Amino acid sequence: MRAPDDSPKARIGDVLLSVEEVSLAFGGVKAISGVSFDIRQGEIRAIIGPNGAGKTSMLNVINGFYHPQQGRITFKGQTRSRMRPYEAATGGIARTFQNVALFRGMSALDNIMAGRTLKMNVNFFWQLFRHGPAVREEVEHRRFVEEIIDFLKIQDIRRTPVGRLPYGLQKRVELGRALAMQPELLLLDEPMAGMNLEEKEDMSRFILDVNEYYGTTIALIEHDMGVVMDLSDRVVVLDHGEKIADGTPDEVKRNQAVIDAYLGVAH
Amino acid sequence: MNILYAIFIDPFVQMGTAPDLLVQTLWDGLVAGVLYALIALGFVLIFKASGVFNFAQGIMVVFAALTLVGLHEKGVPAYIALAITVAVMFGLAVGVERLMLRPLVNQPDIILFMATFGLTYFLIGLGELVFGGNPKVMIATELGLPKGTIDVNMFGGFVSLQKIDIAATVIASVMVATLAVFFQKTRVGRALRAVADSHKAALSVGISLEQIWVIVWFAAGVVALATGIMWGARSEVSFALQIIALKALPVLILGGFTSIPGAIVGGLIIGIGEKLGEFYWGPLLGSGIESWLAYFIALLFLLYRPQGLFGEKIIERI
Repeated sequence: MRAPDDSPKARIGDVLLSVEEVSLAFGGVKAISGVSFDIRQGEIRAIIGPNGAGKTSMLNVINGFYHPQQGRITFKGQTRSRMRPYEAATGGIARTFQNVALFRGMSALDNIMAGRTLKMNVNFFWQLFRHGPAVREEVEHRRFVEEIIDFLKIQDIRRTPVGRLPYGLQKRVELGRALAMQPELLLLDEPMAGMNLEEKEDMSRFILDVNEYYGTTIALIEHDMGVVMDLSDRVVVLDHGEKIADGTPDEVKRNQAVIDAYLGVAH
Repeated sequence: MNILYAIFIDPFVQMGTAPDLLVQTLWDGLVAGVLYALIALGFVLIFKASGVFNFAQGIMVVFAALTLVGLHEKGVPAYIALAITVAVMFGLAVGVERLMLRPLVNQPDIILFMATFGLTYFLIGLGELVFGGNPKVMIATELGLPKGTIDVNMFGGFVSLQKIDIAATVIASVMVATLAVFFQKTRVGRALRAVADSHKAALSVGISLEQIWVIVWFAAGVVALATGIMWGARSEVSFALQIIALKALPVLILGGFTSIPGAIVGGLIIGIGEKLGEFYWGPLLGSGIESWLAYFIALLFLLYRPQGLFGEKIIERI
């Protein structure tokens, strides 16, 4: 897909985020045990594994929805034992959800505008009267949002309440909302779940474009192995909450532990 | 035949022959309606942001009014007492967020609803402890609210308007309009709607739930204070005042729990409907229908439009 001189190595920079020895349990149930890996600037990093492997839990740890009992998370050089959702968002981590979490009562446009929340600074007073700086700000953000809408090719549905949209488009609006945050790190939880082939190809294209044009680092969870192998620079494989492999798609594909985890093996 | 005449003809004949009485009734209804709208607004704000029916809204009205009057009794000048009361309501909002909402985040709505019961009894206890249980007189004059009546001549008779009612209507309208614009048009408004729709998605775009909750509870507290002053000035400040919150229920059913314009229109319909019903149709049923007519209207609405006049119709693909 990429030209030879635009090799992945050239785009990819230093470590943007790393998790070290992270363990998470719900009561007696261990969701993640002692997992470490890192995400480098500019790469597309896939997290794969069978159902219940702890992939979504991992994303929730990264953006602060879950607080791990052990381990450290280092983001942009700052080490914490736990993230908070607000810190993650202000720090430049955006995400989408496995089961689409949109603001159902709002239009596609308003949903994406909501992604600009943190970028708006004009105080309440001006907003109240829709005057002066508030109007300028609103116009500026609106322009940015319209760019995203063009980019995702959802111009014709911008006024539609998102609850009425088909699933594939909802996923696209959700991606738009995340992009509106101009994130440094974009977490995508099964961006192609439930899509047909054509929709999957569109979504793959969007993910690659986001990565290339905006230079956004992407971590994604995906079950479609074809998609994962095509898109990602590096893959980390989880199984039963533990890391069983980490490397390029080719390395992971040949890894015996991964083959066993996916095909099942007699213990 | 007689009964049909009394229901369908006679009231309208009366309205036609004595238009000044009709105007007077409409005015009384409007005043009551605006105040109902104000109470309903307090509920709507909190319901929108946290999906919780705040049972404590009524007692917040009493608590705010008591604080204001109590401070004045202790020798604090009226306007300073007002400022301190606003600060107290802010403190209450922060306290509720820290001690009640935050620990209960992600719990089912019914749990939060029960927690507002707890808050109600806590505020009753605290109010009685600090200010005593005796009814107090609202410091309306000290706050610069006008007294007396204006008689307007019209249709050969006259309509008498209480100055305090005029003031109440103006103040309530301004407050309602400000809040409506604030929550519909600003970033906070968008954040509020976002929080109402999905907590986790709101968190993921960097909306701070804590901040939104404090803002809405504070707004509801200020609304409660305004309501307390207006209703207190019409009667007196006592714990009995909290039952006026129950008047907000039919308003909410009519207007929809999530709609600010709905609260306003619902309030006006209930207020005016109640007064007209009492005055023109009340005698048929031996009077006193004012106390249940609102619920009856609300019940009819529930049958045909369960989401209310302006409530969000839930659209879902199946």
